[in-house]
Amino acid sequence: MSGPAELMPAMVATCVVVACVLAVAGRVLPRRVIDGLAIATMLGVTCAAVVLLRYTGEGRRYLWMGGWGPHDGVSVGIPFVADPASAGLAVLVGVLTTCALLFSWHYLDAVHGHFHALVLLFAAGTEGFAFSGDLFDLIVFFELMGGAAYALTAFHIEDETSLQGGLNFAIVNSLGAYLSLTGLALLYARVGQLGLPQLHDALAHQRADALVVTSFVLVMTGFLVKGALVPFHFWTADAEAVAPTPVCVLFSGVMVELGLYGVARVYWTVYAETIPAADIRRAFLVIGAVTAVVGAVMCLGQRHFKRLLAFSTIAHMGLFMLGFAVLTPDGLGGVAVYVLGHAGVKGVLFLLAGVLLNRYGTIDELRLFRLARDQRLVATVFFAAALALAGLPPFGTALGKSIAEDAAATAGYPWATALFVLVSAATGGAVLRFGARTFLGWGDTPAPDQLAGTRLGEAVPEEDDMPARTPATMLSAIGILLASALAVGVVPGVGRAAAHAAERLIDGKGYAGQVLAGQPPAPLLPEPAAAWTGPGIWLGLLSTLLALVVAAAGLWSGRLRWMNVADPVMRRLHRVHSGHVGDYVAWMFAGMAVLVALVGLPLV
Amino acid sequence: MHVYAYLVSGYLILAGSYGIVRSRHLVHAVVCLSVAQAGTYVLLISIGYQHGGATAPVFGSTTKPNTHAVDPVVQAMTLTDIVVSATVSALLLALAIQINKRQGTADPDELATLRG
Amino acid sequence: MTRLTRLLVFALGGGVVAVAFILAASGMPHFGTTHHLYRDLSVPASVQHHTANVVSAVNFDQRAVDTLGEESILIASVIGAAALLRPSEDETERLVPEQGRTLEATRLVGYVMLPVTLVLGIDVVAHGGTTPGGGFQGGVVLATGLHLLYVGGSYSALDRLRPVTSFEIADGAGAAAFALLGLLGLVSTGAFLGNFLPYGVLGQILSTGTVQVLSGIVGVEVVGGMVVLLSSFFEQELAVRPRDDD
Repeated sequence: MSGPAELMPAMVATCVVVACVLAVAGRVLPRRVIDGLAIATMLGVTCAAVVLLRYTGEGRRYLWMGGWGPHDGVSVGIPFVADPASAGLAVLVGVLTTCALLFSWHYLDAVHGHFHALVLLFAAGTEGFAFSGDLFDLIVFFELMGGAAYALTAFHIEDETSLQGGLNFAIVNSLGAYLSLTGLALLYARVGQLGLPQLHDALAHQRADALVVTSFVLVMTGFLVKGALVPFHFWTADAEAVAPTPVCVLFSGVMVELGLYGVARVYWTVYAETIPAADIRRAFLVIGAVTAVVGAVMCLGQRHFKRLLAFSTIAHMGLFMLGFAVLTPDGLGGVAVYVLGHAGVKGVLFLLAGVLLNRYGTIDELRLFRLARDQRLVATVFFAAALALAGLPPFGTALGKSIAEDAAATAGYPWATALFVLVSAATGGAVLRFGARTFLGWGDTPAPDQLAGTRLGEAVPEEDDMPARTPATMLSAIGILLASALAVGVVPGVGRAAAHAAERLIDGKGYAGQVLAGQPPAPLLPEPAAAWTGPGIWLGLLSTLLALVVAAAGLWSGRLRWMNVADPVMRRLHRVHSGHVGDYVAWMFAGMAVLVALVGLPLV
Repeated sequence: MHVYAYLVSGYLILAGSYGIVRSRHLVHAVVCLSVAQAGTYVLLISIGYQHGGATAPVFGSTTKPNTHAVDPVVQAMTLTDIVVSATVSALLLALAIQINKRQGTADPDELATLRG
Repeated sequence: MTRLTRLLVFALGGGVVAVAFILAASGMPHFGTTHHLYRDLSVPASVQHHTANVVSAVNFDQRAVDTLGEESILIASVIGAAALLRPSEDETERLVPEQGRTLEATRLVGYVMLPVTLVLGIDVVAHGGTTPGGGFQGGVVLATGLHLLYVGGSYSALDRLRPVTSFEIADGAGAAAFALLGLLGLVSTGAFLGNFLPYGVLGQILSTGTVQVLSGIVGVEVVGGMVVLLSSFFEQELAVRPRDDD
């Protein structure tokens, strides 16, 4: 036993084995056993991830698979590497999956354990993706994540919107993976190795020529598609509007964030010492800013709550990208905290959407008008989560936001700080507006002709025989997620741990040195500035206040926001999100062209 | 013709993507996705090729073990990707069948449920 | 977007990407180069583990984690397709009636080729470590060979001789066994999916340690998976009907 690094492949393998058991025996096992086995497995995996995180500390643990270690800086094998970032992501995956399975307890129509098997295989894919230290292996686990996700999205086959959402998701993400593979092939032709450490050593201090830049753009494409960044983001709103509720928790909480993790890991380990940082910074700042703005604007114009939340995720991914794009440890550390807080908050909001969908058969804002005024507990939790999304201290989202804003301002991009405030205010305001209409009955009464409209993901009830009171399992899942989001902001040391994790991730040279030659990791910066600051708290309160203003404007502006047909830009933007897969692929190539231009032209 | 094989693979990827953009039938779109994937196979295998009588990387009584063989790793990668592609295509075709059944059409232009 | 706009956006984007790719291709090693670093490492490693088929060695020994991911994708897609093609709430499954007629010649060819194909498939799987082939290739040959019963006979002939549940069990058992063998390697030698079984003489069928075993396991899984997948499609097309039609 060489130590806790062995937990990494053990986690992946255990999820696969239990998934197979559930798939095969699901027809004969009673539902409680299926639920129990799945939840017990994910709890075990979460505990293993916590142990691994504890032993990883602030360094790295690695394990070469199959016993094929490195010799003289090259190897035939594949390493799995646990640094604080990847171990932390594994914990996040475990917690979110456990909560999702808890929410699905007993009531979700699970088709003889197929649902649970697919969720476990999805978890295996995400863990493999987080740990893998080989670029081809990353793409394989990326496709495993995707394969399970496509089937989960379209799980309610009676609903045609689910099917189409699943199809758009599947075609666009698969094409993204194939493009990443193409980029990898280009790199392999030059270097002759596939592992991240070996690629680092081969490319460090080389000139960034056409092959390196093209392979960079192609490899990043797959991750950018997964990460819902403009213009690769169209599938996200389609898929998350129609997927089963627990699945949306996983998508918004960890799957799209793994796209950004892929970008960060591959950039910092392979390309950081080849392509000049200024070009990368410019390219990703542009992408992040555009994504944040588009996501926020589209979010405000939605009346379908899950689609609204999906656009909010897109907007937040834009903010996370901004935090990464300043290319400093502080920025990335702030993003890490923000991701943790966001996962909890977004999970709560999606689960509440599921509760509403089941109780009232709809999650359309206008159709739900005034319907839920007697749901006191649900309303309280909802508004807490909505305010957390807007950036109210002391939630984890506000802490992450404040650290990232500070990092952006220090790096010389004060406009990014303003974007953080405005975008979180916009998305928080949209959610608050929805809540005010539904739970408080505020706002103008919708006219009868406005009540019609597409019913996304509403055709089929998700749960069978749900009792009048929300079951304890669902409430506990919601409670765990909300408490976690609060804990991230309140528990001391989270910011510092995240900053150290970011530093380790950024240290690509140290990654290669340690995994290939066993060199000890470099010492960390003594005391990173990653805690609550005065300006951070003020900006958090400011964004919350602005969110309330946005919500009020949406409720009582006299002219309902989504009926804003007089505004040609809004109309054009809504029409661009057409639901047509050909459009999405065309935009994908346009996005790749923009990235090639932003990164490649300055090097010509 | 030192780069002809690579250009062919790039053409296949682009042609497959073009097919998806202009597709009028979901099954056609899924097959175009397979064409794009086939482009990556061509790229990988052609990267591994070696002139000068290199053998296949399988040894036996006629071929003693030696390194004058084509690259086995890209072949292994291609094998992995073929399996992935086949199974993802199956999933997509299942979706296409169900969509066609529910909506009576498999033309992306006419599937209009997810607008806005 | 209109079709024309869509095409223009793709043309612009695709054009730039194509130019970048051409420039990148000109920077790649020439087609047919003799410099292959990974090959120079992989072939000796394969010979060291007495595996004659280097591709199998790469797949099941050196980069076995990739294969674990791949076979997980296989079972995920099979489960997913089965879930997606299930009869929905307003549908039911009927017995498939005998219909259609096959030519006598087709029937003869089918029945003759069936055992031949099955033996060929088993041979490809069994010799995966020593000759070109392996679990994936042989498994597909076996699975499609089984469907000669359908081509040469009828769907009911296939249905009777192909119990789907057994193949589901084979699929799941194969996938689980792969992961379990990896865990066994982890526990016994500290290397996940390590080659911990004894080696033999290069070129003989049982020489390769775990490569042969993993190849066989994958063969079982692929047979099970492909048969279940095809049966899902068959059932959807032939057996599933709206509920009020009966």
